[in-house]
Amino acid sequence: MLRLRIFMTGVGGQGTLLASRVLGEAALTAGLHPLLSETHGMAQRGGVVTSTVILGDLKSPIISPGEADIVLAFEALEALRALEFCHARTLMLANTAVIPPYPVAVGQVSYPQVSEMLDVVAGQVGGLLAFDATALARQAGSPLAVNMVLLGALAATDTLPVSAEDLKQVIRDRTNPRLVEVNLTAFDRGAAAAREAENWLKRPAA
Amino acid sequence: MSELLAGQPGERRLFLGNEAIARGALEAGVALAACYPGTPSSEIGDRLYEVSRTGRLVFEYSANEKVALEVAAGASAAGWRALASMKHVGVNVAADALMTLAYVGVKGGLVLVSADDPSLFSSQNEQDNRLYARFAGIPMLEPESPQEAKEMTTAAFALSEELGLPVMLRTTTRVNHTRGVVSLGELAPLPSPGRFVKDPFSLVMVPAVARQAHARLLAKQEKARALAEASPFNRLTGEGPLGVVASGVAAAYVADALLELGLQDRVTFLKLGFTHPLPDDLIARFLSRVEKVLVVEELEPYLEDALKAIAQTRGLTVPVRGKGPGLFSRLYEFHPALVRRVLADFCRVGWEAPAPLPPAAELLGRPLPERPPILCPGCPHRAMYYAIKIALRDLGVEGVFPTDIGCYTLGLLPPLSMADYLICMGSSITTACGLSRAGGQKVVAFIGDSTFFHAGLPGLVNAVHNRHDLLLVILDNGTTAMTGHQPHPGVTLTPPDYPGQPVDLAAAVTGLGVTQLWRVNPLKYQDSLAAAKEAVAAQGVRVLLSQSPCPLYAARLKGRRPTARFQITGDCGDCRHCLEYLGCPAMYVTETEGRRQLLIDPDLCAGCAFCVQLCDHIRPARTA
Repeated sequence: MLRLRIFMTGVGGQGTLLASRVLGEAALTAGLHPLLSETHGMAQRGGVVTSTVILGDLKSPIISPGEADIVLAFEALEALRALEFCHARTLMLANTAVIPPYPVAVGQVSYPQVSEMLDVVAGQVGGLLAFDATALARQAGSPLAVNMVLLGALAATDTLPVSAEDLKQVIRDRTNPRLVEVNLTAFDRGAAAAREAENWLKRPAA
Repeated sequence: MSELLAGQPGERRLFLGNEAIARGALEAGVALAACYPGTPSSEIGDRLYEVSRTGRLVFEYSANEKVALEVAAGASAAGWRALASMKHVGVNVAADALMTLAYVGVKGGLVLVSADDPSLFSSQNEQDNRLYARFAGIPMLEPESPQEAKEMTTAAFALSEELGLPVMLRTTTRVNHTRGVVSLGELAPLPSPGRFVKDPFSLVMVPAVARQAHARLLAKQEKARALAEASPFNRLTGEGPLGVVASGVAAAYVADALLELGLQDRVTFLKLGFTHPLPDDLIARFLSRVEKVLVVEELEPYLEDALKAIAQTRGLTVPVRGKGPGLFSRLYEFHPALVRRVLADFCRVGWEAPAPLPPAAELLGRPLPERPPILCPGCPHRAMYYAIKIALRDLGVEGVFPTDIGCYTLGLLPPLSMADYLICMGSSITTACGLSRAGGQKVVAFIGDSTFFHAGLPGLVNAVHNRHDLLLVILDNGTTAMTGHQPHPGVTLTPPDYPGQPVDLAAAVTGLGVTQLWRVNPLKYQDSLAAAKEAVAAQGVRVLLSQSPCPLYAARLKGRRPTARFQITGDCGDCRHCLEYLGCPAMYVTETEGRRQLLIDPDLCAGCAFCVQLCDHIRPARTA
């Protein structure tokens, strides 16, 4: 039986929880037994917010270090930080846009070059798809739709037991009615980004 | 309509553990629910509040957890099924009621949900509240998943009525905040009116009655144990000479580890869900079938100690292991790979863990920048902290800052650094009393509005009566922000149709005997600085009431954010005052050709217009 452990990480306010919820609902529609875990509470104030989606016959709701099969990183530095949860065959989808953490914003420490961080990640994981999801979200109508861009890209990688159409139906049914069109456009732009060869910093082995 | 009421029996839904608990309570016909919000329990109350707007049950956000449990106890005494939900440390607040409520007993089923927080994701400690069930002598159920959380909640009401005891549903963060598939059952019919039947010589806990009540409580333990023996929540599966015992989410980690290690045929697995009183006979049968036992439980060795005691009583010598070097820790939550590794060692099976990747910092050649949580842009707490900092600086006085529990605890971090001492809810005021007496320093205590009504009132009364010397700053943002903007008795920002009667905070403070009171809007800097200076310089008990709504919640209620934006214009030099005193996360430093420039990110700026009052270089910016 397929077992898939998906780890999502981002900064408070980026909508990681909605992304995992949409994926979970789509998996439920597809007759699977999804299990999600979420971060609530203090970390949501500008800290790192993670969520997980587990598909398959597993009962554990969380993912141990080194055991995520897929990582969706909503921010460049968080992509690098999420390496802790990756193994040598992990597929990572990373937003290259930067949200400087406070110690960086005030000049106490410097933010690593995005290209340097992506090189590090690409050298370790099995596949790396990286592009500016924030720019695509903005083009779709809202910089807050990064979560939908990344979901669209994930759907286009053909790694999920859930179809793009199932995901889009959940977006229609469950996301803010005023934002459904923006969300669907963002989703499609993410899917298109996954089809651009230049966005694949490392192609997964077949 | 609430999502909890939608759907037909048998339908599968994706529920948060907390939603599953709320749904389970509705399927059991809960008539009254009360809570004080606290991570990871908050969504139980929030969902039941939504449902209460349909008239299906009575719900209240109580002033604190003791109040919530006592309100539930009263409803239960009048025959209603009642639920009180709280985080683990909330049970400490409610413990005075809990210990004797077990003596008094219940009529309508009463369920106490204790949401524990191993690893302290959002808490001041990681105490294991299973010990409370044993301490109080009440039955306890421990779910491992949202589905089981729903089933156990429903079962807990029936169990409570059968035994006449409150029942603890003990969860952990990984159950509360896991979203999983839940099968819906039938919703119970609407509750009928209750009626209290007088029976003072069993319900009024004076010593003569309580002596008998204690004996009654102990007599119920044997019946409760018999129910645990027969409970479907305690399950023995598998065959084999190796024994494994687990409860809560640790049982899920064990199940996955057995699957992935291919050990199902070699291990006898005792999964315990009804964990107080424990099923001694079932455990003894298990112990006599296996050669050695591994207990997999987070935090305290609650099951391990009990198993050792049962083995000793029954003359069984089977080794029981759990906590210890190479085994499990009493610290922090578990995770699947940890349980898998210990289980593989215990069963002496090879397990090739995938080679871990090198740490990111090693690959990068330097530490990754941290991303600490921080007060939001536009937060009025930051503005008040700033005014106090400047007042102390201008007066040349060092301040000591006992603080309290809420968003404003984030004032701990630099550059604000406005938190020096914290124990628990309400401790800011009371520890300030001792600190100022012994230390002789200028003590400025900080507490939020919700926390003040929760546990601050007795401390402030004490400070007045005993003529202490402290300045208490009440950071009143009109809501319980940290846990998700729940109302509280002094609430000024309320969800739509909220029926609560707001209690005037300033009137409460003066009513308690405080004579030196300042009220400011902290976003009006000159006013708040002047008040801060007066209040810091004065003697005796002083209260500075800092009142400005939580901008996150105010924007959500209004459906729009402030549109004003501000920008730093021209060369502000290398002053760095904003960075060293204010620490607004919308401000950032850029460096071009060796010249530093401070700027404001228009996407992050909340338009609070505080910084513009501090510096001539900051000006309103044209918004796009």
